[in-house]
Amino acid sequence: MANLTFLIMDGPYENERTVTAFRLVDSALKKGHDVTVFAYEGAVSLTFAKQAPHANAVHGRDLAQEDHPLPKDWAAALLKTAQENGRKLEWVNCGLCVDERGVGEAIPGAKRGSPGDFWKAAEASQNALVIATR
Amino acid sequence: MARTLQYIEGAYRANIEEQDDPAVWITGAIKGAGGDLAVVLAGNAVNYAVKGQDASGLSFGGRAQTQPPRIADDLSRLIAKGVEVSLVADDAAERGLERTAFVEGIRTVSRGELPKLFAGYDRIFRW
Repeated sequence: MANLTFLIMDGPYENERTVTAFRLVDSALKKGHDVTVFAYEGAVSLTFAKQAPHANAVHGRDLAQEDHPLPKDWAAALLKTAQENGRKLEWVNCGLCVDERGVGEAIPGAKRGSPGDFWKAAEASQNALVIATR
Repeated sequence: MARTLQYIEGAYRANIEEQDDPAVWITGAIKGAGGDLAVVLAGNAVNYAVKGQDASGLSFGGRAQTQPPRIADDLSRLIAKGVEVSLVADDAAERGLERTAFVEGIRTVSRGELPKLFAGYDRIFRW
């Protein structure tokens, strides 16, 4: 079992790097590792509680049929996965980045923090990965 | 404490809105929290080290930006705090930048020397 830290940076609905990051976290938790995610810049919106699904007329699907993925639900599912697997997932949002974007209403389990939290988590980890915006 | 290299090549992202570069900024924040860091500027980010840049003057309607990004000054502050800042000389040369253009204290490293440089760090974060 290892401690792993990920810094993610892209906002929701912008780039497949976000999906890749979620997949890495999911895989790490299921393989028995503890994970810290530090959401920096636009990534703090991933856990914004007011995200809402929508129907999609172009797809020809109503709200229920569309079942639109929301990053906050994915993050919540990862937090639940950690719990179910007896692992720890710390999700820390950069507080200044949250304030800039007005996304302070985060889902339960997503905390407010600072770059110092990222550094401490990286120091306590066997490996740390920055997935920066390109 | 792990020695960490901040390898910054993703440049000019949100600089105006943030009034800085987020990778350079977080380096200063972590240094302030006690981190042991160094910086290498690569690709377009080598231009961050050019002194005398002026991004002031932006205005939308009656709303003027009063604190435009001054990233070269931010790098100078990092150097003053003991952060070693280098740039890839080959990337600078490709962009027509001469050594005299850079702020004081910036070191240069050739592309060929990067593997040896990397080997001196426990961790490398690529931005």
